[in-house]
Amino acid sequence: MNADEDAWERGSGVRVVPPVQPRKLAKVPFVEMADGRLQGVVSSGSDIARVYVSSITAGTHGFNCSTNNNRPCGGLGGSSPCKHLRSLVDEAVLQYGRERVARYLQIEVGEDDHLMEGLEGTRESAPAAVVFSRFLRHLAYLELPVTTEPVAEMHWFPATRAVI
Amino acid sequence: MLGVQLAQLHDGDRPGVAEALDLVAGFDDALVHGFARLGEERAAALTALAGAVAASPLGPAVSEAADKVAAGSIGEEHLTALAGARTALLGAVHDALLDRLDTALGRTRAAWEESASTAAPADNLLSGSRSWLHELGITGWRGVDHDLVSSSGQTLEALLAEPRLRRLAVLLDGLAAELRASCPIATMARLPVRRWADLWTRAVLLSQPGARPAASVEPVTGRLLVLGADVHEHGTAVQVQVHGVLEPAGGAPTRLVRASVAAAKVDTIVGPAVWRLLAGHPVLLTALAERRSLDLADMPLSSSGDLAWQDDKATVGAPADPFATARLQLANANAPAVPPLERHPIRISEPVLLEDYETDGDRWTLDGHSIRVDLDRLPASGPLTPELVAASSACIGLVRWDAGGWRVQPLAVQATVKRKPVEAHTGDWAQGPTDPKVVKAEAKAGDAVAVLRERAGRLLRE
Repeated sequence: MNADEDAWERGSGVRVVPPVQPRKLAKVPFVEMADGRLQGVVSSGSDIARVYVSSITAGTHGFNCSTNNNRPCGGLGGSSPCKHLRSLVDEAVLQYGRERVARYLQIEVGEDDHLMEGLEGTRESAPAAVVFSRFLRHLAYLELPVTTEPVAEMHWFPATRAVI
Repeated sequence: MLGVQLAQLHDGDRPGVAEALDLVAGFDDALVHGFARLGEERAAALTALAGAVAASPLGPAVSEAADKVAAGSIGEEHLTALAGARTALLGAVHDALLDRLDTALGRTRAAWEESASTAAPADNLLSGSRSWLHELGITGWRGVDHDLVSSSGQTLEALLAEPRLRRLAVLLDGLAAELRASCPIATMARLPVRRWADLWTRAVLLSQPGARPAASVEPVTGRLLVLGADVHEHGTAVQVQVHGVLEPAGGAPTRLVRASVAAAKVDTIVGPAVWRLLAGHPVLLTALAERRSLDLADMPLSSSGDLAWQDDKATVGAPADPFATARLQLANANAPAVPPLERHPIRISEPVLLEDYETDGDRWTLDGHSIRVDLDRLPASGPLTPELVAASSACIGLVRWDAGGWRVQPLAVQATVKRKPVEAHTGDWAQGPTDPKVVKAEAKAGDAVAVLRERAGRLLRE
């Protein structure tokens, strides 16, 4: 072990999760890599009140897309993903970086290929309601009141510049 | 800071610090593999930890806990006692380090004054947190999987809804996000061993039921001269801690104080956008952005040096150059006490002024004595960049200690770029970025806060 790695393991304020990159949120307001899936919420192109819940399972690449009311997405085939899933992957790449997304989903493609070309799964059932409620929870953070009691624990979480 | 002060800071090891950190490392290693899989060596490490606090009031409880855990009986109370022992050791390390720093700076620090205790929060919220932490402790970091991380979800949601438990909620949320992003942890090449043990231990302490000692609080009136803003951030929280010198009305000695404002956020709100979450405190943000002083009237100040910031008890004053404040006021201002439960080396963040140093990569040298510059603590919400820091000749910063060494975190620098003097402060963009390139990039990306608030408004109140 070299000195830097040793210092990293003995460091209290070291960075573990790389900061995400800013991106436009209007089309895909929510993307996350959680519960073994790349999942998120994609706005409908035609109806402002409608959103699609899209997900791809890590490893197997099983995918699904439906409205938040559980109606299947019309663009989805048995083995071909829809445009919402493509948007989900595109925005995830912007947010987390291509390498992190590929590693999480376990996709192997050539350097110049789109990650979608490395998907090997087929359509499978997915917990759209769970993902949608995670999106609502995500939004609920913005409703929490600002506090002025010092949070001493935040010293463990320094703000850092994004590394590209 | 002068070269001679840097020399004093690094002058030999404090007795006991290395030994205490070795004992902490033994505990941290046990947490990597889980208290259910101790083995002889790690059990011996816990016994050694118990030995170190044997003469303290914690002694009997920790000794019993080390025995029981080694024998495979791992109760919540046992892990709590061990967490207490680790906290006590790091508290002592904190005290030794801060004393070294205060001595080097010639800084006078007030003694801790306690008043009433805070009211005890509802235990049903805390018990969920305790049992998740207990499960983590038994399993060990190496055994953590998606299911164990996700099982904290409901507890977290409940904690976030209770403003009095915000510290615990923010801490657990930050830890859970790191564990989630690191799954499967079993195959990680290396773990942030000290860090995760720190976060786990503090969370165990914050999850204990009952009332806690609180700092004494008094209203203060006077002028606050801002030194700089320290920004803390993880995926779902941002905190700005403004360091300044308070000149109390009536001529009492000046004091080092801080004002903290924290907001919940989501991971896609990054960079200068985080300031928009704090827009409810326009007086504080204006003072930062325009580098002005603040006039306080009856603002509550606790003995920990923390102003309980209320924007309506402050008014924006005259322009006040933070570098002038640092040059003229920093040496004589009195430092506050550190609350007992916050004593940990990570909390050390003492404002200093450094001038006329030589820069070489991430080290600055003054009269042959050098200190590392913490380039990892430059927030994306402000104009400080590693390049500016490298080109700087004067800096207001916070002295910190981590991973065995002292370092300085810049809050503001004066530099020469293309033969022109420039000055940058972490709080310069508190009312929006002033760099045209950043303004353009922000406009292109759109207003993340507005987009998400609009969605929240529609979906959460349907």
